[in-house]
Amino acid sequence: MPQPADNPSAVTLTYRRETFTARPGMTVRKAVEQIGLNPESVLAVRDGQLITDEVVLESGDRVKLVATISGG
Amino acid sequence: MTAKRYPLMLCRHCDAKAVINMRQHKLALCGPHYVDWVHKQTARFIDEYGMFAPEDRVLVAVSGGKDSLALWDILLALGYPADGLYIGLGIGWGIGHNPDDDTGESEGQGYSDTSYGYIQDFVQARGGDQTLHVVDVAEEFGATIPAAARVTNRGREKPCSLCGLTKRHIMNRVARDGGYDVLATGHNLDDEAAVLLGNTLQWSVDYLARQGPVMPPSHPGLARKVKPLFRFYEREMAAYAIVRGIDYIYEECPFATGATTARYKDMLNNLELSSPGIKLQFYLRFLKAKKVNNLFENAHRTLDLLTCPTCGQPTTNPGECTFCRTWDRVRDRLAPSRT
Repeated sequence: MPQPADNPSAVTLTYRRETFTARPGMTVRKAVEQIGLNPESVLAVRDGQLITDEVVLESGDRVKLVATISGG
Repeated sequence: MTAKRYPLMLCRHCDAKAVINMRQHKLALCGPHYVDWVHKQTARFIDEYGMFAPEDRVLVAVSGGKDSLALWDILLALGYPADGLYIGLGIGWGIGHNPDDDTGESEGQGYSDTSYGYIQDFVQARGGDQTLHVVDVAEEFGATIPAAARVTNRGREKPCSLCGLTKRHIMNRVARDGGYDVLATGHNLDDEAAVLLGNTLQWSVDYLARQGPVMPPSHPGLARKVKPLFRFYEREMAAYAIVRGIDYIYEECPFATGATTARYKDMLNNLELSSPGIKLQFYLRFLKAKKVNNLFENAHRTLDLLTCPTCGQPTTNPGECTFCRTWDRVRDRLAPSRT
């Protein structure tokens, strides 16, 4: 289970104000599921570029997960 | 041990890396082809559902969120000279954001101020030529939405009911006074499917009978209401905003926390995860059942609408409409005592 980041070589994922780490070699989709989020409810952005769920995360990647569902 | 290889997902139309994979359409696209696809699909929906014609005057209700700004961007890209309407509700960051403020209306950069900032940036980035109507609720009616809600019976805990009533009134008025044919809102498929789920769970046949992407004017002088994004997933609109570089307010309205709509959206997304396309089918088959099978036809009551003597907008009861009566009461209760 990814935990708040403390390993510089790991993949870092941020969601709202929380930070998690994931194992390099994992797909975005798998990392999102392990955090406990629904892949249908988030988008992944790496280096300012949108990436698909199937992208394999590499060591040092910093990924922002954008929540796509609004309440209202 | 050999590392597992994953194929890179490519755009259906070129060799570029895909930025989005829409499983319900079995369609992956790169950024430029995605933008093109969204524009063409929107144009098709506008035409197919008879939303408006190229010569119609369109007013887009913009909140600073992804959907409404994306809609305005799409309509401008399609060549519609659409104008914008922003309603300043006077909402702060809510209780807890500013520890010195327990009113829900923190001073300074509140939720509404931040939202308006994104809209101003959007207009500036497009040369500043677009017309943006701005209505500040506190300036015009005497109180912010949270302050007004606290002194009325409409949502002391949550001002959403008063907020909806006020926004509908202002949208109708600005569209009517500005001579607009159409009022366009940024409702997406997730919004519509969540409302449909809620109405179905309650068997609210009156609401089910009225729900749809096009609402004809209910009263002389009112604009037709349309939802050109109603077939796009919310995820797709967020993707569109990111690809187009549209900055939008990411945070939720502080009063939307725990909203029923968000729970229904989560439920539908859980279904979507195992059955791609289920949300879309749920809504489209509802529309088809209404149109082809005349579902809820008997429930569709034609109300005898009267005209409010104060504001001129429709009302179901003689005398002032709910909006006018509510805001009269707000002003009375907020006025300094004369004794």
